[in-house]
Amino acid sequence: MLQLDGITKSFGDRLAVDDVSFTVGGGRLTGFVGGNGAGKTTTMRIILGVLGSDAGTVNLNGAPLDAAGRRRFGYMPEERGLYPKMRVHEQLVYLARLRGVRAADAAARADELIDRLELTERRNDPVEKLSLGNQQRAQIAAALVHDPDVLVLDEPFSGLDPMAVETVLGVLSEFAARGVPVLFSSHQLDVVERLCDDIVVIGGGRILAAGSRDDLRERNAGSRWELTVDGDAGWVRTATGVQVIEFDGDHVVFDADPASAQAVLQRATSTDSVQRFGRRRPTLTEIFREVVQ
Amino acid sequence: MNAASFRESVFLVAGREVTQRLRSKSFIISTLILFAIVLGSILVTGFIARTASDTPVAAVGAASDVVADLPGYELVEADTIADAEQLVRDGEVDAAVVSLEGDAAVPFEVVALDEAPGGIVAALSIAPDIRLLEEPSLPYGLLSLVAFGFGLVFLMSAITFGGTIAQSVVEEKQTRVVEILLSAISARALLAGKVVGNSILAFGQIIAIAGLAALGLVLTGQDVLAADLGPAVGWFIALFAVGFVLLAAMFASSASLVSRMEDTGAVLTPVTYLVMIPYFLVVFFFDNSVALTTMSYVPFSAPVAMPMRIFLEQAQWWEPLLSLAVLAVTAVIVVALGARIYENSLLRTGARVKLSEALKG
Repeated sequence: MLQLDGITKSFGDRLAVDDVSFTVGGGRLTGFVGGNGAGKTTTMRIILGVLGSDAGTVNLNGAPLDAAGRRRFGYMPEERGLYPKMRVHEQLVYLARLRGVRAADAAARADELIDRLELTERRNDPVEKLSLGNQQRAQIAAALVHDPDVLVLDEPFSGLDPMAVETVLGVLSEFAARGVPVLFSSHQLDVVERLCDDIVVIGGGRILAAGSRDDLRERNAGSRWELTVDGDAGWVRTATGVQVIEFDGDHVVFDADPASAQAVLQRATSTDSVQRFGRRRPTLTEIFREVVQ
Repeated sequence: MNAASFRESVFLVAGREVTQRLRSKSFIISTLILFAIVLGSILVTGFIARTASDTPVAAVGAASDVVADLPGYELVEADTIADAEQLVRDGEVDAAVVSLEGDAAVPFEVVALDEAPGGIVAALSIAPDIRLLEEPSLPYGLLSLVAFGFGLVFLMSAITFGGTIAQSVVEEKQTRVVEILLSAISARALLAGKVVGNSILAFGQIIAIAGLAALGLVLTGQDVLAADLGPAVGWFIALFAVGFVLLAAMFASSASLVSRMEDTGAVLTPVTYLVMIPYFLVVFFFDNSVALTTMSYVPFSAPVAMPMRIFLEQAQWWEPLLSLAVLAVTAVIVVALGARIYENSLLRTGARVKLSEALKG
């Protein structure tokens, strides 16, 4: 388990990250979302030790992280980069060896990932000769080649076509299934919502919300309800204590306190057959909009 | 990062620098051209010196035996005095030696076109014994050639490999691969690996040039000069090895201030001047012993000035050691400062980093 506690960092007089604390559980995919300049990249750089923090600690499984521990991290920076003139396989081996993997193991591991990420035909091409999508795959391979203990990926899906997203997702899920904590940031909230077990929302350098995806949606459900009936639901508009948000024939979304909502349900069951009734759980996009404001 | 993994990282980074460089066609070609220039210039000057030594001289009758015995002159026999004079007029020979009739003090006459031929006259004369109180000084031309040679090799290697190391630093910043590298190894290990890798290449090139120069001198029969140059070349290599580490740290840390290849020119200019100024000073002032002595202790010019003084036999045995010590201490300080600048600038992309900010962190 990766644990951040009170991480603070300022650049000059600008506070980039302010008292950031959250955990990334072992075996869980954790999504890290926030707008541009929210502090995602700075936080990730601090986790990796590429950047020092002004205050706070990063612990792995209860012990403070040191350089040796960080060498076992897999990292994909926001700013992509590999040596353009180095061949794919050669480069992966080099990066694995920099992290202390023996030469023979590094070579085998690099080949395995190249096959897995469908780069086999590009194995001995210089990186600059690869298409952007393939460069992205090579970049992901570079983060995974040393069989890391923790994965920290900044926007791993940007620039990937939908097929590649599935391939990469498959690889990441395998890591998570082995108990590796996986933290990744993304602008694509629908992707995060679909993939992540846990979500951390950052804004203005502060953690705005954190927790499991389901908890977060439950917690932010508020007093919005959803009702679908077989007939026409237009009558809901005139019910007491109800504010209709959305109405579409048999489907209605409305705000109401729990008692008024129950009254609506009772009337619905007595007149039509109810297809669906429940609290409207917000999408991640809605939660995000809510907490960031 | 512990000591073992630091060493291992430095070794890996240095290995990459060397193999990538050796795989570059432009590097191989420019190195071969440099080698060809060094060997070629020594061979050409050597052969010119040898062929130029035989001056053609015409001789008539009994004088032929005398001229034939003179070393460095080629005998052209003529039948009559008129024939010999014609050979001189035509420029076929530099002079003619003819026997005189009757009992003159010297039974020969030297005929030349419009200038007394000092060389042949001296060769035919009896000279008194000469005793020099001090070692003869070497000819000016040879000295300037040696000074120029040391200077040029130093300058070429420093600029070539300094430029290479700068390029490799900026490449990593520009392509952003540096962030991945820094998540695996420390900035110091990365810098050390680059300095070690490029120093090995520069050092290898210098040794190869020294070997080629020695080969050229032996091939052209100038073994004596080769033996005289030996100690100077040895010290040149030793001082260069330490001096290059100093320069490499300066090139690397200066380059780390910028993020794009296009911007390297501006930050490297001061370092390039630092390399060029002592080179020109040594080439111009090698015959001024005060200037040369001073420069043999200034870290940037020591690798050129001290070997020059050793070649001139002006230096006491301990002087190159002292100069090496001064250079080594300077290198340690500059490398420490350079590492600081490098560490603090690597992740600052975009605009050029101010030197004061890079030092402060």
